Amino acid sequence: MEHIVIIGNGIAGITAARHIRKNSDKKITVVSAETKYFFSRTALMYVYMGHMKFEHTQPYENWFWKKNRIDLVNGYVTTVDHKNKKLVLKDGSNIQYHKLIIATGSKPNKFGWPGQDLPGVQGLYSKQDLDHLEANAPDNKTCKRAVIVGGGLIGIEMAEMLRSRKIPVTFLVRETSFWNGVLPAGESAMINEHILEHHIDLRLATNLVEILADENGRARAVTTDKGDTIECSVVGLTAGVSPNIDFLKESGIELDRGVKVNRHLETNIKDVYAIGDCAEQHEGIGQRRPIEAVWYTGRMMGETVAQTICGNKIEYKPGHWFNSAKFLDIEYQTYGWVFSERGMKENEQHFHWRDDKEKICITVSFDKETKQFLGINTFGIRMRHEIFDRWLTEKRDVNHVMEYLKDANFDPEFYTQYEGKIVSKFNSEFGTNISPKKKSWKRIFSNA
Amino acid sequence: MKAIQNLGIAIFLVGLGIFSALPFLGSFQLDQGTFNEIVEEKRIKSELFIEDIQQNVVGKEFSGMVDLSSKISNALDNANATHGKKKEYNKKIYTKSSEMASIIGKKSGTGYIANNKGMMWFLTFGLGIIGALMFIVPQIVTLGQKGIKNDGVYHQSSTGQGWIAWLVFFFLISFYLVLYFGSEYAVNWTYLVDPISKSLSGNPAGHWFVYGFMYCVVMTVMAVRMYIKYRHNVYQMVRTTSVLFFQIVFAFLIPEIMVRLQMPYYDFKNAFPLDYDFFFQWNLKSLLDSGGIGLFILVWGIVLTLVIVPVMVYFFGKRWYCSWVCGCGGLAETLGDPYRQHSSKSLFSWKVERWLIHGVLVFAVVMTGMTLYSFFTETSTVLGIKTSSIQNTYSVYIGSIFAGVIGTGFYPIFGNRMWCRFGCPLAAYLGFVQRFKSRFRITTNGGQCISCGNCSTYCEQGIDVRAYAQKGENIVRSSCVGCGICSAVCPRGVLKLENGPEQGRINPTEVLLGNDVDLMELVNKK
Repeated sequence: MEHIVIIGNGIAGITAARHIRKNSDKKITVVSAETKYFFSRTALMYVYMGHMKFEHTQPYENWFWKKNRIDLVNGYVTTVDHKNKKLVLKDGSNIQYHKLIIATGSKPNKFGWPGQDLPGVQGLYSKQDLDHLEANAPDNKTCKRAVIVGGGLIGIEMAEMLRSRKIPVTFLVRETSFWNGVLPAGESAMINEHILEHHIDLRLATNLVEILADENGRARAVTTDKGDTIECSVVGLTAGVSPNIDFLKESGIELDRGVKVNRHLETNIKDVYAIGDCAEQHEGIGQRRPIEAVWYTGRMMGETVAQTICGNKIEYKPGHWFNSAKFLDIEYQTYGWVFSERGMKENEQHFHWRDDKEKICITVSFDKETKQFLGINTFGIRMRHEIFDRWLTEKRDVNHVMEYLKDANFDPEFYTQYEGKIVSKFNSEFGTNISPKKKSWKRIFSNA
Repeated sequence: MKAIQNLGIAIFLVGLGIFSALPFLGSFQLDQGTFNEIVEEKRIKSELFIEDIQQNVVGKEFSGMVDLSSKISNALDNANATHGKKKEYNKKIYTKSSEMASIIGKKSGTGYIANNKGMMWFLTFGLGIIGALMFIVPQIVTLGQKGIKNDGVYHQSSTGQGWIAWLVFFFLISFYLVLYFGSEYAVNWTYLVDPISKSLSGNPAGHWFVYGFMYCVVMTVMAVRMYIKYRHNVYQMVRTTSVLFFQIVFAFLIPEIMVRLQMPYYDFKNAFPLDYDFFFQWNLKSLLDSGGIGLFILVWGIVLTLVIVPVMVYFFGKRWYCSWVCGCGGLAETLGDPYRQHSSKSLFSWKVERWLIHGVLVFAVVMTGMTLYSFFTETSTVLGIKTSSIQNTYSVYIGSIFAGVIGTGFYPIFGNRMWCRFGCPLAAYLGFVQRFKSRFRITTNGGQCISCGNCSTYCEQGIDVRAYAQKGENIVRSSCVGCGICSAVCPRGVLKLENGPEQGRINPTEVLLGNDVDLMELVNKK
């Protein structure tokens, strides 16, 4: 029986394992040094915040793995010997494989800051990081202040976590406005305001210079390029992540920042595949980056590679880009492409609307010339994935999107609807005369 | 703010403490005239019992119900035993000793509690309400920005199955045991609400009036908490208002006022088979003897169960009843909200749930069948089984222990919908309609789920919502009561409660959006 070995039990590896099992009888082994069972990494923050217990982050009950004959091995792979199709684990044991899937995910970036490895300095990615944070910052008496370095999604989540235990937080963001490499200015500005509302000491355009140690060798303060020294007990390093592939350096598998793969998610070595955060496409697909460290892409690559391994060799073909996040109390969804001013394409034009009272806004991007709808960012309004996916496929123009915007609304019942305000601003800005159509079930389910 | 909240807890605990001490306090003195009235009213023919009471109880002052009730139950047991031996069955007293003690106790209360009802109400209910609100209202500020605020739910003893939760657990269970099986100890409580009862129905309060009044008070206070906690979520605000309205107006006020108008006591929203004794002989007789209104209630009760309930479930899902109207649901959604996360999500629990809830439904239907057969044929047995013994079994084990003691008592440890999920026969019936013929579903938003598990954790019905959401499937489970919390706690906007066309409602083979379609066809191929 063919033996498929998967290194890493995150969303990519586990999705691959599940789909291989669905489609075949192959022997499946998943190796992980992090945890015994699969858990949802995105939910770690809720464990620290007390919304959930760790067991709640595990989507499958413990009996699931045995029942589905997916063997779980707790171990750290030190060497991949592809000539002999063999893995060597830290404890010296070996695992033979016929096909290998590398799904080892990411690790937090460290940019060589002095003091970056001191006790009390940590990222937030793994279960171990969660345990560290619980030890480093159990309450605001042990942790008088935390400094978070890096203004991205993990940074703001970590700030939210620490604030849930009333720990003062200073948030150092390199950019002049939060996440403005990705978000257009209006949205980024709104999130800045919201961060301040949560009593987070947000310091924009500020870089970390050094982390200082106390007499016991623990982090006690940071210094910034603005000349400030900030006393703190915990330093969170959240300046992005990069592929967790150091163990492959001598393996002969082609690496760059990640494990190089083709559209079939194959590496340069036969029968070795890479998926998820650690995989790097030779060229970005469409407008995507070569490395996509996103939950959804990890899942999709897992689904794809399982097909290939089970005999339906197919390409990784992600559809229209989508993503979501939550910034403290504000939900964010995006469908298609809306670039920030920094990354904006030549033909791209934006329409931005923000409510005058609530922290709600949207940005619609479309082609200057053809008016083709390119993408939407929404903050505080939920939108229907299927509808935007359809509109992108059908290459609808922005006027169509405005006219049928109510079909796309996914907010809970009785919520205030903002389509009227949005469209009227659009009309006044672009001299159109669109009146939004009433929501229609028929249209929503027209492709079903 | 913290100081106000702490003071609030202290005041609440004083009120609760006095309330809890009342069953053991107070003085009771039965005079001859009152006793004669009781003998007359209850048609007591046992001279042994009458003699015993006159000798040992009448004219004497008892401090606390414990003394009094033991005298009464002794007298009752001795008299019944002797009559039994002598085969004087017509003299036997069939009133339970607990009920007899509460009847006698209610009429013989003297002293501070019985004479200062208003003051005592303030010291119990009043302090409880003030204290609780002092704890709850500052949350407008302490919770911070509006949004989902479940910080520390699992760190706090009260909501994280700690010692406070266990204390509440034992308190609630004791309270329900008194209510169902020791009503004589509730006599002092009835004094507190006598003035309110008299102003509504014209009668002094019984222990069920205490319960009804308390139910409304607890729901109102905890609804304030809901309004603050979910102030960003209009669905929760509207739903909470609805459930509160139906409790106070339909379950509490209207039945009491009907009594004042010489009509039968009836809760118009309480549908059979949750209202399991609707077809019991005594109820049918009372309805048939009440003229036009009785007949109307009879027809309404039948139409409610056979037509209104299923038709509404077709259009809106069972939520219209379970989390918008029902009293049990109302308490679960207010008092029970802090405990919703404790319902078990395991596959095993789901199996137990299906056996139990459908078992209770079958039990209720069979019992009602026997009841109606006995009613129309005027026999007391069906196939050699006594109808009344089946009814009593149901009343005690399902109606009282399951629905009350377990249903509410288990809130703090096992979650707030124990009864609704595992026991309620009406919920089982609505569940069939919801699963197989309804426009209601929880829509999963394409491929946006990140499997975080907030939805499953906070599902009070123990549905593993995530298991569906992460596959891109809609949730159409029969047990879903449509409380909307899964949608509220979802950080990525994945879930939406909707009533829409039946076509496409159940979508097990629909694609997980994001991956290209031809691939998804393969993935979905079994």
